[in-house]
Amino acid sequence: MHSLDKRFLNEIKRVLPSHTILLSEEQRKPYECDGLSGYRALPGAVLLPDTVDVVQKILALCQRYQIPVVARGAGTGLSGGATPHPEGVLLSMARFNQVLSIDQVAATARVQPGVRNLAISEAVADFGLYYAPDPSSQIACTIGGNVAENAGGVHCLKYGLTVHNVVSAQVVLMGGEILEIGGEALDNPGYDLLAAFVGSEGMLGVVTEVTVRLLPRPIAAKALMSSFDSTEDAAAAVARIIAEGIIPAGLEMMDNPAIVAAEDFVSAGYPRDAAAILLCELDGGIEEVETDVATVSRLLLDCGAIDVRVAQDESERARFWSGRKNAFPAVGRISPDYYCIDGTIPRRMLGKVLAGIADLATQYQLKVANVFHAGDGNLHPLILYDAGKPGEFERTEALGADILQLCVRAGGTITGEHGVGLEKIDQMCVQFGAGELEQFHALKKVFDPDGLLNPGKAVPTLSRCAEFNAMHVHGGHLPHPELPRF
Amino acid sequence: MADTFRTLSCHGFDSRLQVSDFTQTLAETVREASASGDPLCIQGGNTKKFLGREPVGKPCFMSGYAGVTNYEPTELVITAKAGTTLMAIEATLAEAGQMLPFEPPGFGVDATIGGTIACGLSGPARPYRGAARDLVLGITCINGNGQILKFGGQVMKNVAGYDVSRLMVGAMGTLGIMTEISLKVLPTPKQTKTLVFECSSSAGLKKMTSLFARSIPVTASAWHDDFLRIRLSGVKDSVDAAAAELGGEFDPDGDQFWQKLKEHRLDFFNGPGSLWRLSLKPKNEVLPLTDPYLIEWGGGLYWVKTSRPPSDLIKIAASAGGYITRFNGGDRTENLSGLGDVGMRLNQQLKKGFDPQNILNPGRLFA
Repeated sequence: MHSLDKRFLNEIKRVLPSHTILLSEEQRKPYECDGLSGYRALPGAVLLPDTVDVVQKILALCQRYQIPVVARGAGTGLSGGATPHPEGVLLSMARFNQVLSIDQVAATARVQPGVRNLAISEAVADFGLYYAPDPSSQIACTIGGNVAENAGGVHCLKYGLTVHNVVSAQVVLMGGEILEIGGEALDNPGYDLLAAFVGSEGMLGVVTEVTVRLLPRPIAAKALMSSFDSTEDAAAAVARIIAEGIIPAGLEMMDNPAIVAAEDFVSAGYPRDAAAILLCELDGGIEEVETDVATVSRLLLDCGAIDVRVAQDESERARFWSGRKNAFPAVGRISPDYYCIDGTIPRRMLGKVLAGIADLATQYQLKVANVFHAGDGNLHPLILYDAGKPGEFERTEALGADILQLCVRAGGTITGEHGVGLEKIDQMCVQFGAGELEQFHALKKVFDPDGLLNPGKAVPTLSRCAEFNAMHVHGGHLPHPELPRF
Repeated sequence: MADTFRTLSCHGFDSRLQVSDFTQTLAETVREASASGDPLCIQGGNTKKFLGREPVGKPCFMSGYAGVTNYEPTELVITAKAGTTLMAIEATLAEAGQMLPFEPPGFGVDATIGGTIACGLSGPARPYRGAARDLVLGITCINGNGQILKFGGQVMKNVAGYDVSRLMVGAMGTLGIMTEISLKVLPTPKQTKTLVFECSSSAGLKKMTSLFARSIPVTASAWHDDFLRIRLSGVKDSVDAAAAELGGEFDPDGDQFWQKLKEHRLDFFNGPGSLWRLSLKPKNEVLPLTDPYLIEWGGGLYWVKTSRPPSDLIKIAASAGGYITRFNGGDRTENLSGLGDVGMRLNQQLKKGFDPQNILNPGRLFA
C-alpha cells in the first residue's frame, strides 16, 4: 500500500482525474526504476498530468505537504536519476508529447518535454532540419530528460551537447511558480539560469516546455572504418586528425572485446583480430567531405592503421555504425549482465587509462569491453558480470568506482553524459571538495529551499562524503595498509 | 608573483587542487572583505569598464596573474590564468592554427580572458560557432566567502554537479572571482571569404535569416549602411562553392570589416548618442527604428545609436520578444530589463548564494 498522506491525496484527486493517479502496486511497479535497474523503489504515487497548470498545482501541493517529487521522462537514464522516492510522488511527463511550433526562419522548435528526441528530428525533417544531440537511446528518451541530464551522443564533438542546442525552457518551480529561462534571442539578461538547469538532474525544477535549436542537415556524410594493432596507435590517430584541423561529426573507438561482441551480434564487417577500430564520420559540403575523407585516410595510414575502409554507399555507412550503435546489447548477449561506466578523460591519457582499467579488471577478476567517444574523451567501459553469482554485482560496482577514480586522477570526470543520479553520488566526493559541494547546495536552495525535488540524488551531503572518505583510500594509500584486502 | 604550488588535502583521494600563492592571497583578501563588508571591484585590463552598471569598491587587480597553464592543441582545450590577455591567448592558439570560436571583442589590447568570460560578450561568429558560454569547460574561482572552488574541468563532456562554470559567464564577476579558465578551442578555417551585397535592410535581413536553415558555411553576417556582408569559412572548395551559390561581390577588406565591427571601430559606433544593444530572436521583418542602426548575428542583434530616452526601444524590443541593454554611454543607474519578477528574485537569491555579503562587484549586473 502507498504511504502518502491521505489529505494530500484527497487534494491531488481534486486536480487530476482518477485514471491519471496510479496508486495500486501493479500500477506503480513499472515506474520502480529507470535504465539503471539495479536501483529500485516503489513511489508513493505516480501522477500523469498533461497540462502545465496541473503540474503547477501538483508542485504547490507537494510543497505544502512536504512531499518529495521525482520527475520522469521515458526512464531511459543510466544513473538512477529517475529512481522514485518511496515517500514521494513520481511525476511522469510522458503525456506532454506535442511538438508545439516550428520556426523555419530562426530554425528552432518549441516542444513539450515528453517529446522523444528522435521525434523532433522527424517532425522537422521536411524542412531539411534536425536536432543534433543524439544519445543512443534517442528513439525512446525524451527531450525533458535530455535537458535534465545534459544528454550527449556520438555527434557532440562537432555539434555540442544538450546545453549547446537548447535555447530556452519553461520550468515549474517547487511551489508552483512558472519561470521562463533562456530565450530565443542569442543571449539573455541576468544570470544564465538555463545553463544551471541543463544537467541539473531534476533537482531545480520541472521542465514543462523546451525550445531547441535546429541545424540544417549536412549535404554530404561519409564514414570510414580503420583498424589498429594497438589502442595507443588508434588514440594517436585521433589526435592527428584533430591537429590537421578536421573536426569529424563522429569519432568512435572500440577495443577488441567490444569489436568481437558487436561483430558476433550484427556482422558490421569489423575485423575480429584488431586491437581497436576507429569509426570516423565526416560531414558538410560535398567538396569538403571529399577533401576530408582523403586527408583522414592518409593520416590513419600514417598512424599505423592496418586497414582503412570508406563506406561506398549509405547502406555500408549504416552497417559501419550498426556495430557501434549496438555495442551495448551486443555485450549484453555475451554476458548475463553488464554495467556501463561513463568517465571522461583528456584524450592523451587514453593509453594509460585503458592499461589501468585492464589491471583493475584483472584484480577484480572481471572482464571489461571498452567503447569510447574518442573525439571528446568520453569512455564507456562495460563491465561484464553475472548478477546471479553471489558477490559479483558488488565486485562490479567496486571496479566501476575504481575506474571512475582513475578517470579523475587522469584529469577527467566521473560522468561525461549519464549523470550522477544515485549511482555516482559517492564518486562526487572524489570529484569535488567540501567547498564546491556547499556551493552546489546553496544553488539548489535558491530554487528548492526545502529540498523536495529529487532528494538524495546528484549532489551528496557533506556528511555522506565524510563517511565515504573515511572508509576510502586517501592519497593512494589504504587506511590500514597492513591488513590484507580481497 | 612566483607560483609555488601546494597541495590541499581536503579533496580526498589524490585529486589535488593546486592553488597558487596569488589565489591564496586573493582568497584571504575576499575573506577580509567579507568580514568587513567593504566591496571589491574586480579588474582585469579595465577595457570594459563602460559596461553594465557603475563599478564600485576597492580595485582587485587580476592582470598580474597571467599565463597559459595548459594547452594541448589536439585536445582542443586551453587553460589560462584569468589575467592572461586575450591577445596572448589568441597568439598562442594561432601558432597551432587554432582560435577562440566565439571571437570575443577586447575593446583594448589589455583585455584579459577573465574579463572576457565575466562579460560574456561574443563577436560576429556567435550565431554560427557558439557563444562564450558555449565554449567554457571549467573554472577555478573564489566565491564571496573566500572559498577557492573548482568547477567543470578540461574535458568536453562533464555532467558532474551543476554547471557553475557557465553560470559565471556574463555574471560580471558578481558570483565569484575567476582565477583560471578552461575553454574549448577550434581549428582556424583554412579559407575565409567575405561577400558584399548592396541592398536595403529588409532585403539584407531576409538574406541573413534564410541562411540558418541552409547547409552553407556562414560564420558572420551583418547589414549596415545599405550593404550586407556575409562571411564564409571552411575548406577552400566549400567556400568557393557557397560563394558561387550566394552571388554578391567579393570584399577584399572583409577581414578588416569584421575586426572593426567586433571592436566597435566602424564609423557607425562613433556617431552621437548612447550605444544600445537589442538582442532578439531572428525575424524576417526589420524593427521599426528611427535612429541609425546596424544588424548582425543573422538578424539576432541590432546596435542602435540614439540620444533619446530608451522607452521606445524597450517597447520595440519587447514586442519582438527580445531585450535591450545600454551598452555604452548615458545613465548607468537603470536596472536590468527583461527579467520577470520571478526571474529577478531568483537572480538576487543566486547572487546571495554565491556572495552572501554582497562584496563582489556589487550592483554591477543589477541592483
